[in-house]
Amino acid sequence: MTASATRRHPGLNLDHGDEAAQLQTEELMFGFWIFLMSDLVLFALLFATFGTLRHALAGGPGPQTLFELGSAAKETALLLASSFTFGLATLSMKHEHATGAVLGWMGLTLLLGAGFLGLEVHDFVSMTDKGGGIDRSAFTAATFALVGTHGLHVTFGSLWIVVMMIQVGLIGHRRDDSPTHAAGRRKLVDRVHNRMLRLALFWHFLDIVWIGIFSFVYLGGLAR
Amino acid sequence: MSKAPGYRDELRSYVVGIVLAVLLSGVSFALVAWHPASLRTTLWVISVAAALQALVHFRCFLHIDLSRQKRDDLSLIVFSVLVILLMVGGSFWIYDSQMSLMQPSAA
Repeated sequence: MTASATRRHPGLNLDHGDEAAQLQTEELMFGFWIFLMSDLVLFALLFATFGTLRHALAGGPGPQTLFELGSAAKETALLLASSFTFGLATLSMKHEHATGAVLGWMGLTLLLGAGFLGLEVHDFVSMTDKGGGIDRSAFTAATFALVGTHGLHVTFGSLWIVVMMIQVGLIGHRRDDSPTHAAGRRKLVDRVHNRMLRLALFWHFLDIVWIGIFSFVYLGGLAR
Repeated sequence: MSKAPGYRDELRSYVVGIVLAVLLSGVSFALVAWHPASLRTTLWVISVAAALQALVHFRCFLHIDLSRQKRDDLSLIVFSVLVILLMVGGSFWIYDSQMSLMQPSAA
């Protein structure tokens, strides 16, 4: 196997010469990309809904009153950092660092994600306290729908991280731990790798959706 | 086994990605926090920075590039973006003209 084939999918060593496993990974990843893009269409339509309703305040408070720049900045920083730490988790997995390193980076990602969700809940509560609850106007409804859908994705992504931490902890992530590596166990390890790769795509993808949210919902609404 | 080589290269991709992402989102936040530019300029810079940052994330975190191996993923993404531009752009077009036609003064 050439070096470029090894680097085809960060997080997975494809240089074990197993053509079938490699093809299967390609297929799984492409399938997951199709899911991600359909999810992106969902978000795009929520963005379109928000965009067309952004001035429909019905006499209620607008973005200048409801949004907090500091909170949006902290959320952005947390999510960006979590994308980076998850990248490090996949890298430690691919390069067969200690299991503790992989779990450590995943745990850190989970904490950053939880911090993000905490701030988001704070945002929703403070918006409602300022009289801009979800049912106040078309603008607040569209905002809650768009930001809330992203938050829901992050929530399920965090659950997925927990599940994968358990799997990495129980099954491990190294194929070559022992010379008497049973074929069945190796298959399990491959499966863990493939799941981690898809989780990585999911998590990085949510960060891209957040770029749209902080740019067009928060910054677009707060700019003067 | 090629274990160690590649790790630093791949790590660099993530580091470059995070640095560019922090810079690009930093510019947008700074413009809104201290508004040194007009509203029009600010909104334009935010939009361009967001588009660039999305490209950085696709390249550095999701590892989509122009290589043959990534061709399928890339065409899927480009097609999805085309569909999205049609739907989102079309929505704005229709609703904005409807809004302006419904203003009392427009008659």
